[in-house]
Amino acid sequence: MRLINKVGAWFDFRLQLGAPITEAATHRVPRETASWFYVFGSAALTVLLLQIVTGILLALIYVPSAGEAWNSLQTLNHDISLGWFIRALHGWGSNFMVAIVLIHLVQVFLFGAYKFPRELTWIVGVFLLLMTLGMAFTGQVLRFDQDAYWGLGIGASITSRIPLIGPWAVSLLLGGPIIAATTLSRFFALHVFVIPGLMLAFVGVHLLMVLKLGINEWPMPGRIVRRATYLAEYRELTHKDGVPFVPAAVWKDVLFSGFVLLSIACCAVYLGPFGPSGQPDPTIIQTVPRPDYFFLWLYALLSFLPPSAETPILLIGPAIGIVVLLVLPFIAGEGEKSWKRRPIAVLTILLAAVSLGTLTRLGDHAPWSPVMNAWSSVPIPSQYLSGRTALERRGALVFQAKQCHNCHALDGQGGQRGPALDRVALRLNEDQLIRQVIQGGGNMPAYGKNLNPPETTALVAFLKTLHPLAIAPAKDASRSAALE
Amino acid sequence: MSVETSTSRRALLVKVGLLFNGVVGAALAVPIVRYLLSPATRGKDNGYQSWLSVGPLEQFPAGETRLATYRNPVVNPGDGQTANIACWVRNVDNRNFQVFAINCAHLGCPVRWFPQSNLFLCPCHGGAYYQDGSRASGPPERGLFEHQYKIEGGQLLIKTGQLPTPGPSALIQLSGKKTCV
Repeated sequence: MRLINKVGAWFDFRLQLGAPITEAATHRVPRETASWFYVFGSAALTVLLLQIVTGILLALIYVPSAGEAWNSLQTLNHDISLGWFIRALHGWGSNFMVAIVLIHLVQVFLFGAYKFPRELTWIVGVFLLLMTLGMAFTGQVLRFDQDAYWGLGIGASITSRIPLIGPWAVSLLLGGPIIAATTLSRFFALHVFVIPGLMLAFVGVHLLMVLKLGINEWPMPGRIVRRATYLAEYRELTHKDGVPFVPAAVWKDVLFSGFVLLSIACCAVYLGPFGPSGQPDPTIIQTVPRPDYFFLWLYALLSFLPPSAETPILLIGPAIGIVVLLVLPFIAGEGEKSWKRRPIAVLTILLAAVSLGTLTRLGDHAPWSPVMNAWSSVPIPSQYLSGRTALERRGALVFQAKQCHNCHALDGQGGQRGPALDRVALRLNEDQLIRQVIQGGGNMPAYGKNLNPPETTALVAFLKTLHPLAIAPAKDASRSAALE
Repeated sequence: MSVETSTSRRALLVKVGLLFNGVVGAALAVPIVRYLLSPATRGKDNGYQSWLSVGPLEQFPAGETRLATYRNPVVNPGDGQTANIACWVRNVDNRNFQVFAINCAHLGCPVRWFPQSNLFLCPCHGGAYYQDGSRASGPPERGLFEHQYKIEGGQLLIKTGQLPTPGPSALIQLSGKKTCV
């Protein structure tokens, strides 16, 4: 023990770091901040370190070449001892990282931590959030499979809509005319050098400011932040009722970080690595591209925006969101910190959470996507066929053969792009059915050119049978009256 | 007095040094920026586009729409399978053809042809197109992207080389369609 102390003293005499480190570690923080609500920032830092370590380990094997990347992932998954586990740690680490950073953002927002004098800490944090999302997207690209390939296509399509410089920006994004080797190389450079380098620098500044300005005190309803008096009040709070960060508060950070690491490891062991899915060969078109979990909400949003509003919302929406986050500390730099007296702040968080949650759920479910193989693999329910005439059954055949089932469900099976047709005969009478089939409309293609008259007659005969037995189908009342 | 003079001389030397570094930095920035922008500047005047064959005409029977694949004209050694590109070739009547890019005009996902219902369907957000490539339904704002084509020596040639995207460039690409020679 004495030897260790001696060696330590030898180093510290030359480094002169012992005193400042001790001072930083034992700086006094307000007593209530030694709380489980204050552990998310340190947990995000811990996961960042895990990502750096596992990222370097993956880089030992990964080949950032469009022709080789997918094979090198297979090598990692199957040939290298525990390669799958390192991939799984990195993949689950990224999911946890995004989640923890978002929770951290919500916590500091609801606790008013962005107010004076911590405006810059918040702004740096906003950039760190953007970089975390950037890492998630570029990381998804490096897992160079079909989803990554077509995800890049979606990115290029969105980029191309920027006015004036759209086509240029696409070439810059892809590094060439198509999604290929140069594209993967530049995303590799972004994911491995550019963004992590910036991130470490920003994390350093972020932490430095937390140390210099002190951790945000526990917000008390009625304790108002004023520029003129805040610093003195905070100093008094930490002196009167402060505790040293080490050990009074740090044990919760350490325990929570350990818990997060354990959770990531458990997910990695039990759920395994992410993909890769099919090879990134654009001539394989039997694919249903889906983005990673954290971009599903965007995928869902893209299917709901009306075509005319899509480009402006896609291009202006994110810019507005980022600007709002950046100017927040300047428009609300003083005043009430407690979420108990900031109903709009709470509602904003709830609205954002419900919107993102709903869109993510929908993106997972993707009811707007046609079920591409329903016509050949999902049968017509037998109750819609038994006791029907030959013509009606012939119509059921047309229904399958013309891929109607890809977009329309029967008995809960099939596509959900269009309405389910189990009760369609209650909504539309014969003439309306014929019109809808032939002319389309309401987001349905027109089938007039693709169905001959006997096929149309048979299909409509089948559709007319789709109603509950106890309820009479729709009919043209005026026509019936005229015929009587 | 003498101290002040020497300080200001040093301050001047620092300024000269900074200026010198600024000039050298600016001179270095020119090649660096040109290097970074090279993908965009090359693509500006359709420098990526060229004619290539997607196969003999016999591969594309009249009245049918078939998948064709080709190797992108601009390739890098590391491209691997990503430089293999697909397109849909529609032979209207042996004299008129239509060659559609595989990419949906909404967000670029690969559209699939269903000959039974004569529709192209997109698996991502459900865009649908008729057999002539015009928009049928769903989120796309326009029809499928079309390549220019010509027939030479029994081969179907298309002008291609760049990922089609729904921005303004695609409109330029479309403007000179149908140049059957």
